[in-house]
Amino acid sequence: MAPLLELRNLSTHYVSQSGARVVKAVDSVTLALEAGETLGVVGESGSGKTTLALSILRLLPPAAQNAGGEMLFDGEDLLTKSPEEMRQIRGKKIAMILQDPMASLNPLFTIGDQVAEPLRVHESMPRKRAWERATALLKSVRITAPETRVKEYPHQMSGGMRQRIVGAMGIACEPRLLIADEPTTSLDLTIQAQYLNLLRDLQREHGLALIFITHNLGIVAKMCDRVAVMYAGRLVEFGAVRKIFDAPRHPYTRALLQSIPRFADARTRLTAIGGQPPDLSALPLGCAFHPRCPDAIDRCRGEAPPETVGASAHSVRCWVAGS
Amino acid sequence: MATRVATIGLSWGLSAFRMKGFPWFPVSTLLILALVAIFADVIAPHSPEVGSLGARFKPPAWQEGGTSQYILGTDHLGRDVFSRLLFGARVSIVVGLLAVVVAGTLGTALGILSGYMGKWVDQIVMRVTDTWLALPALTFAIFLAAILGPSEMNIVIILSAVYWTRYARVIRGEVLSLKEREFVRLAVVAGCSKWTIMKRHILPNVLNSAIVLASLQLGVVIVAEASLSFLGVGVPPPKPAWGLMLADGKKGLMAGYWWLTVLPGLCIMLMVLSANLLGDWLRVKLDPQLRQL
Amino acid sequence: MKRFILKRLGYSLISLCLLALTIFLFVRLTGDPTVLLVEPGASREDMAMVRQQLGLDRSLPVQFMAFVADMLRGDFGKSFYYRTPVLELYMSRLPSSLALAAAAMAFSLVIGIPSGIIAAVKVGKFGDNAGKVFALLGLSMPQFWVGLLLILFFSVYLGWLPSSGSGTIWHLIMPAFALGWYFAAAHMRITRSSMLEVLGSEYVKLARLKGLPEKRVIVKHALKNALIPVLTLAGINLVLMVNVAVVVETVFAWPGIGRLLYEGIAFRDFPVVQATVLLGGSMIVIVNLVVDVLYAVIDPRIRLGA
Repeated sequence: MAPLLELRNLSTHYVSQSGARVVKAVDSVTLALEAGETLGVVGESGSGKTTLALSILRLLPPAAQNAGGEMLFDGEDLLTKSPEEMRQIRGKKIAMILQDPMASLNPLFTIGDQVAEPLRVHESMPRKRAWERATALLKSVRITAPETRVKEYPHQMSGGMRQRIVGAMGIACEPRLLIADEPTTSLDLTIQAQYLNLLRDLQREHGLALIFITHNLGIVAKMCDRVAVMYAGRLVEFGAVRKIFDAPRHPYTRALLQSIPRFADARTRLTAIGGQPPDLSALPLGCAFHPRCPDAIDRCRGEAPPETVGASAHSVRCWVAGS
Repeated sequence: MATRVATIGLSWGLSAFRMKGFPWFPVSTLLILALVAIFADVIAPHSPEVGSLGARFKPPAWQEGGTSQYILGTDHLGRDVFSRLLFGARVSIVVGLLAVVVAGTLGTALGILSGYMGKWVDQIVMRVTDTWLALPALTFAIFLAAILGPSEMNIVIILSAVYWTRYARVIRGEVLSLKEREFVRLAVVAGCSKWTIMKRHILPNVLNSAIVLASLQLGVVIVAEASLSFLGVGVPPPKPAWGLMLADGKKGLMAGYWWLTVLPGLCIMLMVLSANLLGDWLRVKLDPQLRQL
Repeated sequence: MKRFILKRLGYSLISLCLLALTIFLFVRLTGDPTVLLVEPGASREDMAMVRQQLGLDRSLPVQFMAFVADMLRGDFGKSFYYRTPVLELYMSRLPSSLALAAAAMAFSLVIGIPSGIIAAVKVGKFGDNAGKVFALLGLSMPQFWVGLLLILFFSVYLGWLPSSGSGTIWHLIMPAFALGWYFAAAHMRITRSSMLEVLGSEYVKLARLKGLPEKRVIVKHALKNALIPVLTLAGINLVLMVNVAVVVETVFAWPGIGRLLYEGIAFRDFPVVQATVLLGGSMIVIVNLVVDVLYAVIDPRIRLGA
């Protein structure tokens, strides 16, 4: 079966007005996602995770443009779609949830209005039915008393509720893929687990594929089937979560896993990754990670490593690990 | 709030013409106007206040009926328009600058006091500021002019009294945030007196904003003075204020004596435009925070 | 919300008191108020009589109380020139000013809002830059000069429009334009910046992510939010227009309160001047209050107590 989503050498660059500065926010990313699977995309801030998501939905800010590659969704290249066709895909076939639920909801409209909106636009549902569906959707994301809630305004809800409402908006039209950009970062710890469980249940009920953008490896371990590790806009490692967590091949992935504090040994110091996150507008020659890499060899400084695909589609971008 | 909007609107409108490097146009224009004002006695071919009744309503030299003697024409009393414009520059600049300086000084001082001292000083200053800000500047100025009577000095006083509130508001806001900054707190901990802190730490830091605001206010003040003179409560005749010239010009308007209306207004617009462009450039230069405006 | 309204009301009352106090003090403290409050050309006996009538020999606080009491009763003095109570005079002229302000406001919104929206949507391109030029001109040209130029052009040269007076819609066009010109630029600016802010917000981003058509995103989601500050400002500006129309009304001999103020200074009719300032200022304070309350009503965040 063909994968639901397939990115081949996808690149997105930010170009300054004069054309002089080029920032490669996403540099030649290749990955695949099957229907119903969950993919985690991890990396530091600025690694290109969000840009990747926005690239898939083709909702980039004016300064950013696609710079090559293909994006196959259900076999069709999204890059060849017209703006109108893309618009029909957004919200209906591929949906996205943003990080800050308070900012995502329009303060002047009721919850019901906003949840019903994608139904009315994409499925031309008459108002009454759309509102009924909205109420049902609120119920399915486990909001109590949905009939009253549906007429209320965003500021009357708590943070956790708002995030669930945004989730309801996302699944309203039964999309095949849902992209969640750090959905739990702004939630209280106690609510995070609840929310993640909700997402997993929704996924099972609706057969959703999920892309989880996060910097939290714990979530990846719990929720995801596959993981893509990004650094400086490049995909440095991609494969099954189990495999990568057990035996990470890229030095960066290894460092990330090591830096998670473990409670077992109170005496060991926290392992931080030395050095600074890279400046995307002034990347070093060769492998972007080499200044901070404990295993760097000469070749790393001169040439950027290509992708080497190993067993069971486990790919890594490293001279040392790829050999 | 109208002032705030006007200030923002101005800066956005100006950003289309934002000077990349040194603002040649506004600076040279203002310099020329200043020089003209200073050397008006020398440059002007005629007296600005005494006219020759036989030469009334002469059009500018390039029009039919005009002479090179009065290159820009004459007004209803036979006075040379060109000379009056030159001397009018003097009035506008002097009144404008003085009013801005006085208002700025007063407003900044009160703003600092109000922001730093807080409590009842703050309350009083703020209530007064809010009330005076609610009054439209022009109406208030006219009211004061009616009481004090028209004269150049009085205009400066009146305009200062009306416009200091703008400075007080802005400066107070800045002081409030400055108060929380490290170096101010350190000074307090070190035992400096309130006056010392206000003088040595707060004042230099708000100076930039004050200057920027002053430069943006210059245009507003000039227009205000012109308006007051136009209405007859500004600079009294026979002094050649541009606003007055416009009032006189209205008399000849229906007869088609366009130069009496267009020329003084053009001068006002030129000066205001230059002041605004300069102010905008200064704003970007001196206060990077305001750059976002 | 009740508490909000009450607090706001109290604040306005303080402002009104301070306004009256300011006017009162300025008159009393700068020289001899009798000179201002008598007809020009009055004799010494007249002045003595007025002095006693106004109670100028009493202490200041008492005078102030009397002053306020008079105002609350509606007694703002009598006009020397018209020999009628000033309040009556003011009220009879007010409708004209309101009409002019309404026309000018309509003009400024019709020009200002759409151009602001276009400038925001086409930021950085031609629409935006053209708007910037307009704003620059609008805010740099004195209103009365614009008025004079209009007369020169449309009355003198083209003969299309009447240069003064009121009565027909033709009389209204030029003064409304002159008055509204400045505000059109201001409204355009605030619409543009408000729109830009809203267009960059997360909920608009999400609206696009939901796959809503761009038109719907702009009209439904962006516009309503963006217009809040614009309309607030417009409301405040309406009253401002009524009061700053002095010069425009004078230029066009429009019979409103602005022209009344001009007549007051021209004829040395001080009661008129004083009352115009008081009433004008009070009007603004009250309208600000109303706008704030309305704002609270419209915005559900305030209404339902965020």
